[in-house]
Amino acid sequence: MNALPWTIYVSFAGALLALAAGQRSASAARVVGLLTALTGLGLALGAAADFTPAAGLQTLVNAPWIPELGVRYHLAADGISLTLVVLTGLAATAGVLFSWNIGERTGEFFALYFALIGGVYGVFLSADAFAFFVFYEIAIVPKYFLIANWGSTNREYGAMKLVLYSFAGSALVLAGLLWAHGAAGGDSFALADLAAAAPNFTRFEQLGMFALLFTGFAVLAGMFPFHTWAPTGHVAAPTAASMLLAGVVMKLGAYGCLRVAMVTFPAGLAYFAPVIAWLAIIGILYAGFVALVQDDFKFVIGYSSVSHMGFVLLGLAAANATAVAGAVLQMFSHGVIAGLLFAVVGRMVYERTHTRKMDDLRALPLHRLLPFAAVVFVLAGLASMGLPGFSGFPAELTILIGTWKTSPLWALVAASGVLVAAAFTLRAIQVSFFGQNETAKDAPDHHYEPITWPEKAGAVLLLAATVYVGLNPDALLRWITPALESPLLRAALNGGAP
Amino acid sequence: MNSLPLLSLLVFTPWLGALVLALLPRLGGGPARTLALLFSLSTLALGAVALGSFDPAAPGLQFVEKRAWIAALGVSYHLGLDGLNLVLVLLTGLVAPAALFGTIGSVTRPALYGALFLVLQGAALGVFLFLDFFPWFVCWELSLVPAFFLLKLWGGPGAARAAYQFVIYTIGGSAFMLLGFAALYAAAGTFDFVQLAALAREGALAGKLAALGGVWPQVIFYGVLLGLAVKVPLWPFHTWLPPAYAEAPTGASMFLTGVMSKMGVYGFLRILWPLFPADLQTAAPWLLWLALGGVVLGAYAALRQTDLKRMVAYSSVNHLSYCLLALFAVSSCGSELARDASVAALSGTILQMFNHGLSAAALFYCVGILESRSGGRRGLGDFGGVRTAAPVFAGFCGIAMFSSLGLPGLNGFVGEFLIFRGVFGLQPVLAAVATLGLLATALFLLTFWQRVFHGPAAGAGVGFRDLGAGETATLLPLLVLMFVLGLMPQLLIRLFNPLVASWAAHLSP
Repeated sequence: MNALPWTIYVSFAGALLALAAGQRSASAARVVGLLTALTGLGLALGAAADFTPAAGLQTLVNAPWIPELGVRYHLAADGISLTLVVLTGLAATAGVLFSWNIGERTGEFFALYFALIGGVYGVFLSADAFAFFVFYEIAIVPKYFLIANWGSTNREYGAMKLVLYSFAGSALVLAGLLWAHGAAGGDSFALADLAAAAPNFTRFEQLGMFALLFTGFAVLAGMFPFHTWAPTGHVAAPTAASMLLAGVVMKLGAYGCLRVAMVTFPAGLAYFAPVIAWLAIIGILYAGFVALVQDDFKFVIGYSSVSHMGFVLLGLAAANATAVAGAVLQMFSHGVIAGLLFAVVGRMVYERTHTRKMDDLRALPLHRLLPFAAVVFVLAGLASMGLPGFSGFPAELTILIGTWKTSPLWALVAASGVLVAAAFTLRAIQVSFFGQNETAKDAPDHHYEPITWPEKAGAVLLLAATVYVGLNPDALLRWITPALESPLLRAALNGGAP
Repeated sequence: MNSLPLLSLLVFTPWLGALVLALLPRLGGGPARTLALLFSLSTLALGAVALGSFDPAAPGLQFVEKRAWIAALGVSYHLGLDGLNLVLVLLTGLVAPAALFGTIGSVTRPALYGALFLVLQGAALGVFLFLDFFPWFVCWELSLVPAFFLLKLWGGPGAARAAYQFVIYTIGGSAFMLLGFAALYAAAGTFDFVQLAALAREGALAGKLAALGGVWPQVIFYGVLLGLAVKVPLWPFHTWLPPAYAEAPTGASMFLTGVMSKMGVYGFLRILWPLFPADLQTAAPWLLWLALGGVVLGAYAALRQTDLKRMVAYSSVNHLSYCLLALFAVSSCGSELARDASVAALSGTILQMFNHGLSAAALFYCVGILESRSGGRRGLGDFGGVRTAAPVFAGFCGIAMFSSLGLPGLNGFVGEFLIFRGVFGLQPVLAAVATLGLLATALFLLTFWQRVFHGPAAGAGVGFRDLGAGETATLLPLLVLMFVLGLMPQLLIRLFNPLVASWAAHLSP
């Protein structure tokens, strides 16, 4: 458990090592990358093995950092952060495996990649708002370079849009934090201290701070109508970056909403919950319908991410222990599944066929040319549809149960989102992999490089994770549920009452 | 009861077979076919074992397996057998191997076909045997996946669209059923059908749901109803069915109509009725009209078809609607019902499920033979005089038709007789209208018979090859059972008679 902060340090060290190894050869950088990612995953799983689920954060490190501002280097974890740390380890490892073919400036690629990962680990472990914000920014900057240097379609535009949205979100977060810090007396950035001080603020302050923080974080979580960066960013990004973007970076936003905005300002949550819920529901349905008519395969997956993150935000807005537990489970589930989908589309298909247009793919009998990719995509698609047996199902079921308790109407409208998700996923499977009928022999004969072992390993890793959690959601829920019993979170879910 | 987890074996053996086939991609066509068939037959063998030690008179569920599974959602791994699902397990054990045996010899990529088929078979068994919503729903949804691919990869020219429509319709219904169960869980804290039914019997469940106020208790009921109604299908939710059955390869059509269509009716009996007795009673008066619509319009639609497969598909809508008609008739009368009539109606429902499984599967197989011998033609006018060229085939197909039409002496008669006997006692007017369906059924089946088998050899009927040994072996067991059950329906009825009697006793205390 106490080794968890090392996930951060190992990632940053790995970034430097990969840069150095990249001077020597691309394969050295890859090996360093894989070892770094595996170490991070190993540390996360090791911590999970001796984790005792408990209410409240368990402090890992707590040292003074900038005493003049009351900033402390305070890292802590509970079941929620542990879930997301494990997710980060999985996504990072799979991302390296799916970037195995990057031959251009490989060292730099992995350096930026692990700088991002280190930042993500840091966010999930921070218990001090200042440290949280610093790690949050560290995670944002490398994304720009990853996309702008190694990306594809429209990469400058996609990278710029993504970073501008992210920075705009950060600016709101920073404003909210500084405002709260000042109002609380300016001697601590600890999340717990801010939460303790919050009830003494005026109602206007509480609502205003909550709105700033929640909106700022929700931009990164892809909340409608601030989601537009997500599809273009995903499309422009190289495969591994899309995987991380959908897999973990969007979770940073949702985690910030929960850990910072909701916990600190329960009154704000109580006031704004209906607005958030309806925006989340609009996101679920709108992004689902948009995904249904996309012609670019990656846009389909990009919009599906927005739709699935809508379920996370809905769970948070429903603000009861069941719904929030479901939301955290959905964060994990979507991280794994979206990673898998982007891996198939970006790495397995696009880098072989050099097209992502549904119309072009329809003409290729891909299920015969790339049977492994077809099987993985079908399984990932089923998982993404929320079919039982995969992790998305217990997550969405838990969210629906929790949401129903708060508002049956929200649950009813959101349930129709399940149908839309089924429609666009099935369309993607149908058109892209099974467009050409078995009998059509006149299809041009293509020969693609067979699926490589890193791709197979990455796909199996993520599939195993989604099936394992799908059949045994207790594995994560038994961490998450006790964490929601902590006084701070209970207060957050009770509108401020202890 | 006994240490062998019989019901788990029933569900998992086909899946194990699918796994074996998937893991042995280099297996030749011949061994793959044999393996698939052996694993498919496991259901029949294990079903026979269950039948051997099943005690119809014992109240409650037998061979129960119950283990805690997901603590956070109170989900348990819960299986159990009573007269109702025993009948359906036996039906699966008969229809699935027959469908596989009859078709796997002529399909491309038999290993994949067999694997998908076995996944489907296991999923159907899971739906019949699981008693907790979570694993039950896993199987319910899982069944769509192999069905989708069987349709898509081996189906006719319009299969892609039909498969998409089929899955979207069903998932659409299921999404609202899922919501209904989420709400039930929020209210009652359990997903277990047995516990929920017990709560419903005490009236506690209705009370908890009523606390929601407004239209919400109704929303839950209609959500679950919708999910089941699409699957059966209840008119007017049936529009996915004719294209799906018609475009599916023969083996899949046989399984879809023989077994999968029973999943919905089973859901009505196992879930909707026990959990929402009062709501169902309130809704029954107009649900009856929908079921009646299925009976009458399904039969008239079949009469209008020129495609034989679509004709048989519409006749499925008609036959399954009888099951629902009987159930709604019983439910509409609440506790003032005549006990005998309701026992008859409910027995008829269960028997009809079994009979329809046999006769519809056999009919689809016969149409499949017509189709494969004529190079894919299956229009009513494409054949003529097949009887002269292929007398055995004509005889077999005729028996299946007369079973479907309810000729006394064959199995179909008993089920329909009991249903009509029951419904006449409960809802005489509706029963009278429903006889129109019988009339239309007789008309379209006789038209089928006359146009295809009679007259001078014409079209694809010229030089029609008679049944081969494999085809005879596929049909013969089904036909023998039609006679046996037509003459001795007691063989089946005794399995569920005590169960049905106890249902009726609960209704009229």
